[in-house]
Amino acid sequence: MRGPPLSCLATADRPKPMDLDYSADERAFRDHVRGWLRAHLPAPMRDKVVRYAPLDRDDLLGWHRILADQGWIAPSWPREWGGTGWNVVQRHIFEEECGYAGAPPLIPFGLAMCAPVLLEFGSDAQKRRFLPRIYRGEDIWCQGYSEPGSGSDLASLRTSAVRRDDRYIVNGQKTWTTIAHLADWIFCLVRTDAAIERKQDGISFLLIDMKTRGVTVRPLPLMDGRHEVNEVFFDDVEVPIENRVHDEGKGWTVAKYLLGHERMNTARIGTSKRELERLKVFAAAQSKNGAPLTEDPRFRDKLSRVEIELMALAITNLRFLDQLRGGRVPGAEVSMLKIKGTEIQQALAELMLEAGGPLAQVLGPAGPVDIGAPNDDFLAALAPRYCNMRKTTIYAGSNEIQRNIIARHALGL
Amino acid sequence: MNLDPSEEQRLLAASIERFVERDYAFETRRRIVASPDGYSQDVWRTMAELGLLGLPLPAAHGGFGGGAMDTVSLMEAIGGALIVEPWLATVALGAQLIARGQNEQLREELRDEQRRRVLPAVAEGRLKLAFAHAEAAARHTLAHVATRARADDGGYLISGVKRAIPHGASADLLVVSARTNGDDGDAEGLSLFVVERDAPGVALTALRMLDGTRAADVTFDEVRVPAQALIGAPDRALPLIEEVIDFATALVCAEAVGAIKSANEATLEYLKTRKQFGVAIGSFQALQHRMVDLAIEYEQAKSIALLACSAVDTDHDAAARSRTVSAAKARIADACRKVSQESIQLHGGMGMSDEVKISHTFRRLTAIAQQFGDADHHLARFAALS
Repeated sequence: MRGPPLSCLATADRPKPMDLDYSADERAFRDHVRGWLRAHLPAPMRDKVVRYAPLDRDDLLGWHRILADQGWIAPSWPREWGGTGWNVVQRHIFEEECGYAGAPPLIPFGLAMCAPVLLEFGSDAQKRRFLPRIYRGEDIWCQGYSEPGSGSDLASLRTSAVRRDDRYIVNGQKTWTTIAHLADWIFCLVRTDAAIERKQDGISFLLIDMKTRGVTVRPLPLMDGRHEVNEVFFDDVEVPIENRVHDEGKGWTVAKYLLGHERMNTARIGTSKRELERLKVFAAAQSKNGAPLTEDPRFRDKLSRVEIELMALAITNLRFLDQLRGGRVPGAEVSMLKIKGTEIQQALAELMLEAGGPLAQVLGPAGPVDIGAPNDDFLAALAPRYCNMRKTTIYAGSNEIQRNIIARHALGL
Repeated sequence: MNLDPSEEQRLLAASIERFVERDYAFETRRRIVASPDGYSQDVWRTMAELGLLGLPLPAAHGGFGGGAMDTVSLMEAIGGALIVEPWLATVALGAQLIARGQNEQLREELRDEQRRRVLPAVAEGRLKLAFAHAEAAARHTLAHVATRARADDGGYLISGVKRAIPHGASADLLVVSARTNGDDGDAEGLSLFVVERDAPGVALTALRMLDGTRAADVTFDEVRVPAQALIGAPDRALPLIEEVIDFATALVCAEAVGAIKSANEATLEYLKTRKQFGVAIGSFQALQHRMVDLAIEYEQAKSIALLACSAVDTDHDAAARSRTVSAAKARIADACRKVSQESIQLHGGMGMSDEVKISHTFRRLTAIAQQFGDADHHLARFAALS
């Protein structure tokens, strides 16, 4: 059997070669975004992000409002609600540039989770009521999904909503609820019908005002000492039926749609590139046996391996984007990006701690612990950050669940 | 070959087990860690009553004359229960330096004076010690000491800064390394001194550490000590420091084994009891294999830790001893990393919670991985001694 005529490679009409870089237009877009970020990302905000200092409500919403004023807060929404009309590659470039620049992360629960659900399943009244407030950053949202007995097996949830006239009476408990202590609203999966055969049936999607009587938030301290997640208790909480999204009993359809959204943008290439650069600078300033740590071959090899993995992931990400641009629905690729992206984030945090050496084990002066107090000591932030980053392979669908998805849907196992 | 513990070792292990069960439940530990001093005087007294503070001290000075092998059950218990009291700092570092230091230059009757004064008090729980050695840029290089001790008026004046000294603030006496000769990094010219924590010129800042223990930055500003404060021979302390750090490193390897055992038990229990999709998550083969790998890590860690403890007890050749200790610490650091990370992952969100013991075991294992040198440091030392 003969192979392809390789002689054509030498002719003038050779096919357009594969190009692993952005197009000229895309590069121009990137430069535009980069220039804008340089001019508009407030230095104190950026400084907090790159030093791993805790971000408060003002930091998170402050950046949100700057983007909203620019019209860039919700690129993927339809234009009529404030979307930018960017294609999937442009949206990716924008997100990666924000991460690379050290912009505060946006709270995803309103913008990237509740809003897409409302756009897909919400009534006109619900869209008009909630979307503009989400856009302008007037409400902080949180996500009421996980329960003590329902983590990876989300559909086994038990928080109940019983219909009484024009309202639901909600009872139960959610857990691992990120920023519930700052939130104005929570979107919840609740069970409206317990007499069902499939556990995925009988679930509904409710929007609940956190100020409603009977809602209690209890902090769940994590091992990095920061207050980030909570338990949320519902005790005879009254929720008007107009706060239900989609039909009663169709909550699982909504949840599946939302899980697809939650898994987008987890590769965090831009953020990891910035962390890698920071790590190189930091490690070069540490000394080992009288020489910079970056000259230690053992450390240097580990650093190089992460960098190489990140280089590959950046291209993997572009290859998937290219397929999405062709109109394909995102599938198991997203799970791969989540797995590799989070592994790289964890490896970077671990090398940073390792570079810090024995003194990075110090959390701070002894004395009463003030959780959430500003910590200006970069070295002291490395160990808590290493601890905190362990969550990335657990949250948003654990990496084990992502592997199940790939096995089933991509490999047919 | 005899792998059975002796009758004494068995009785000791049983009494330690009772002590931990009665006095060191996880909730008790939480209260101790949150207390102002970060350790419990009551627990310290109990440890003294059980003889644990004299375990590896010379019989001639109130101890039981045990070696590293005799401390294995204690170290495993310390690792399993995450005990934060300053046992290692006091008994395995400070007291060992004093017990093992030989100063032939001192007159016969003075040679034992220090040991007589300090060691029985340590065994009885009346004195706590710390080894003020590490400095800012030292990382794990033991000869990296810039603190100076200048001969003056028949004694010495010590000046320098020591960083993150384990249990520095709770110590009554500090064993301080300082340069009497040579430059930072030189093997020669190091000396050791016993300094009262409250001596004029000593300033401490107490610190909280990742693993819940306490430490202190210690500044010495022209601190005057008498000639008798010297431990061992002047200028030649590095071999003694290496010997004692090797001893303590072997013990910390045994501590890691206890922490790994505790982590694995918790993870296995979670796999058996946590139900998702209607079944225990331990029924998933993907998780079973990972649990099996953790069980293998424990066995390998236990073996290499025993090897290190045996080496520090019996190896008279310093290079051979150090090579085995580095082998153990490199392997233990890898096991600490793997077991700690996997146990959090297998616990899911629950493993991230400060309210669950596994997250504290994670932090201690993370700390042990770098204590007395991380995997890279000991791989390099192992290779250099091979």
